[in-house]
Formats: sequence, C-alpha cells, structure tokens
Amino acid sequence: MLAMNYRGPGRVRAEEKPMPEILHPEDCIVKVLRSCICGSDLHLYNGNVPDTRVGTTFGHEFVGEVVELGSEVHKLKLGDKVLVPFNIACGKCSFCRQGLYGNCHESNPEATAVGGIFGYSHTAGGYDGGQAEYVRVPYANFGPTIIPEGMDLDDAVLLTDVVPTGYQAAEMGGIQPGDTVVIFGAGPIGIMAAKCSWLFGAGRVIVIDQNEFRLEFVKNYAKCESYNFKSIEDPVQFIKQTTDWLGADVCIDAVGAEAAGSAMQTITGRKTLLQAGSATALFWAINSVKKGGIVSIVGVYGPTGNLVPIGNVLNKGITIRANQASVKRLLPKLIDHVQKGTIKPKELITHRMPLRNVSDAYRIFSDKLDNCIKPILIPPTAKE
Amino acid sequence: MEKILKEQPNIKDWGIDADPENDPTYPMKPNRTDEEQNGYTWERPALQKPTVEILKSTERPNLTAVFGTTLPPKGLSGMIRRNAYKKSEGQFSHWLPLLIADRVDVIEGIIDDLSKGKIPNIYAEIGFKAMWKYNRKAAIARIAAHVAVASAIGLVLFRGRIFNDEKLIKKALKNI
Repeated sequence: MLAMNYRGPGRVRAEEKPMPEILHPEDCIVKVLRSCICGSDLHLYNGNVPDTRVGTTFGHEFVGEVVELGSEVHKLKLGDKVLVPFNIACGKCSFCRQGLYGNCHESNPEATAVGGIFGYSHTAGGYDGGQAEYVRVPYANFGPTIIPEGMDLDDAVLLTDVVPTGYQAAEMGGIQPGDTVVIFGAGPIGIMAAKCSWLFGAGRVIVIDQNEFRLEFVKNYAKCESYNFKSIEDPVQFIKQTTDWLGADVCIDAVGAEAAGSAMQTITGRKTLLQAGSATALFWAINSVKKGGIVSIVGVYGPTGNLVPIGNVLNKGITIRANQASVKRLLPKLIDHVQKGTIKPKELITHRMPLRNVSDAYRIFSDKLDNCIKPILIPPTAKE
Repeated sequence: MEKILKEQPNIKDWGIDADPENDPTYPMKPNRTDEEQNGYTWERPALQKPTVEILKSTERPNLTAVFGTTLPPKGLSGMIRRNAYKKSEGQFSHWLPLLIADRVDVIEGIIDDLSKGKIPNIYAEIGFKAMWKYNRKAAIARIAAHVAVASAIGLVLFRGRIFNDEKLIKKALKNI
C-alpha cells in the first residue's frame, strides 16, 4: 500500500509499505478515505519529538471504511464508514472511565504522560498513522465512531481532532459569559477555538498570529478580532492596553512548539532543541492573562522542558489547564453542532492533494505557502 | 448575567454551551470516580502479544494491552534508544539520547536506502517543487546553502590532494 514515510527532519516521501495486520482481537483495519496534516505533525516533521523513528507513517486525523475486523470486534461491521479519534483509548482503564480518553493507560507502553496517538512517534505508542491507504485501528469497539448518514467526509475528518481540540481549548478556559478570550495562533485549532469561545458565551474574542491570510480568515470565519503581532510589536502590552490594563480573562495557547515571535525561544526551542520547542505563545499567554485568569494549553510541546515565566503564574494566581483533547467524550455534542450547522469544519480545508504528493503537502503547510490553512490528503484507493 | 445579556454580541448560537458551574474551569473528570485511588485494579483488555522488541517506560510495570509494532529498535540508534529507556521519563538522560538516536537513525535511513539500491531524492522529499512554485526566494536560498555546504565539503576532502600533489599542481600551472 502507499503510505507517507518519514525520513528525517523536513524530509518525507510517499512509498509502498506492507499492509497493516490485525494484531489484537479488538483491532480493525480501516481503508483511509481522507487524512489531514495537523499542525502538531509539524513538530514530528521538524524533528522536535523524541523517538520519531525513520520510516514512521504520520497521520492522526483520518476517516475511512472498515475492511477487516478482529475476532472480538462487535460494534462495527465491514463497510462501516468511521471517523477515528486521534487518541487510542481502551475505554476500560480508570482514566478512560472518567472521560480522560487522551490519557488512556493501556495504549502507550513507551510513555506514561500521554496515551497512544496514531502516527505520533514512539513517544505516543509507536503506531503507524493514517496518511496511508490502510491503517490498523486498535480498540475498534471503543474509538471509531460511525459517521452519521449524510455527513460530509470533509466535516467528519475534522471531527477527529481539529474541532474537539479547538472546542476543548475553549472549554478548559472555563469561559464565563462576557469574558475576553485571547487566542494565540490562527491555525486550524486556533480558528476553531475562536469559533467555540462564542459558544461558551465569550464577550470578546481576539486572535493573535503573524500570517495575514490566516488572520483575515479567522476574522471572517469566527467573527472575531485578529491582530498581527509583527505590527503590534509587543502582544502582551497590546492585550493589557486593550483590556483596560487588566489582561484577558482567558488566554489560549493554540500554537505549541513551532511558535515564532521570539528569537531567543526560536533559537533554543526550534533550532538547537535545548528546550522542547519554542514556548513563545505560552510565554505571552501567561503574561497577557489577568490576575486570577485561566490559561488553556492545547498547543503541543515535546516532553523535555520549556522556558516559561512560572513565577508569574504563581504571582498572578493563574490557573493553567491543558490536555490532549478527549475526542470521544466530546463527539456526541460536536457531531450535533456540525449537523445543525453551528460549526462548519470543512470551510477550513484549503488544499486537497493526492497522498503521492505528501512531500509537497508538508512543505506547503509547514511554510504556510499558497495561503494554506488545512491540507487534506486523498489516498489513491479512495474515490473523491 | 443580566448585564452580560445586554451586551450579548450579535453572534449566532452565542452562549449555547455556557455553563455557570464551570468556574473556574470545567471539571477535568466529568465522571469523577477517583477509582484510580484503588491503584492499577481495572479489568485489563486482552493483551497483545509482543512479536518484536518493544521498549517500555520505567514508570510502568508492564506493556500496555496494545502497542505499535512498527519499527522496532535496530542498529546504533536502537542501542542508544535501549539505553535511554533505562531512565525514567523525568530525566533528561531519557529524552536527549532519544533525540540523538533520531538523528543517527536519519543517517542509518540513508545507508539503508543506498544498500537497497535506492538513492534518496532529497529535493523531492523536502517538497522542493512546492517551495519553487510558491516561495522561489527560499528555494534559491536553499540551493545556495546546499551548494555552499557541498563546496566546503569538497574543499576539505580534496584540498590535501590538490595542494600536496606536486604533479597535479604542475599540470594545473601548465594549463594556465
């Protein structure tokens, strides 16, 4: 089968790999119909996540058709069209039973901090991902969700990560009606977080980024304010000024390790890997939030450590909340929002490319070329 | 709330998921049972059989019920990884060697390609076509950087040969 193949920082290619096999009675094999490149894939692509082995197939956002079932899979049948949450969760451990599906304790032997994630290095379980024609899906009785009749596959594929992560970013912000919410990052997650902040009753939503086309997009899509940090020079000062000198009620870091905006963070976090990615967005979030405010982190960082102003967290009495989105917990509500048209995820998709062109797709997304917001990969076996 | 409603922005579906109980934050555990206080006692799923070498965090007693079997550790990078996994996740001596192993793995990947008769098309792999189409300036800069690096390597490798080989020097002088 054709699959994306990681060869080293900044180098990927599409090539033939062996077909995945059923390795556990609760596994199924899914023929991929759509897969996305996620902003967090760029941390792998750029070599920032430890134990990303050459030959890995990335891809944790995909939908597809069930083509093979393990002997103990009872909740799916062949031919079912499913959306597959990016978290691999057993549904049985005490963390899963409390809704923490991103923290499953039975899916990742290599690290205890995070559960298994498709195509996200051996630090997240060593599973191949969905930027391929076929993929092995563990815990098929629990994770994969049948795509509702009539739902567009493009909407469905964004329900595997982008929509739940953006929604949970707002949810973790504990937004109270009237709150000012500042979101750092106008990528797909930041855009979705801005959209969802209104659903929780935000009074004002502000997005900060450096790409004009993304700022324009989020302004129109989420009906929010958007500002370019290059033109405002000091985002923290700007946010203080625009919030009556008190700071935002809620700040959301929707960037993670690839953040730009600080030479020191870029050099130590991205170029020399002395820290687990550039923490510029988190740095700004902590300093921009008001005393007693909440910082919600969904931007992904590596597992080592980062330079953040933790003293200010203490002195300002900030609550920090963070997690990988618990996709399965949120799906019922979010499917309903999509079906009612409250959220229109597929409007984020700007590029559709054949899986064979995966190298160009990564370059376009990574360098934000051609006004790219969200690229989608179509395997040759999937019909458009 | 009354004040806020007066200020309600003109946004469709504004406030439909507002939760006054979510203060300061929505509970992390929507079904809080605290059952993990009983320890590692849940009924585990069926256990996947390890068919390849799986490295395991020292912070857990066993393999998880399922795991990925792609790309077991091998070669020099595998040796580094095996040693790294002897340290806990809380230590830099766990993560930093893994990053080093990743870089060694890149070289091993190129050697593996060559040993199979495949010359990796680095320019295709970095998405040069897209770079050339949408950001020609960066593409040219990339080429210039590669040429500079290749020239520097060439100079280091052949400098001794060129300047120490008298015959070569004489031949070169004759041709001038």
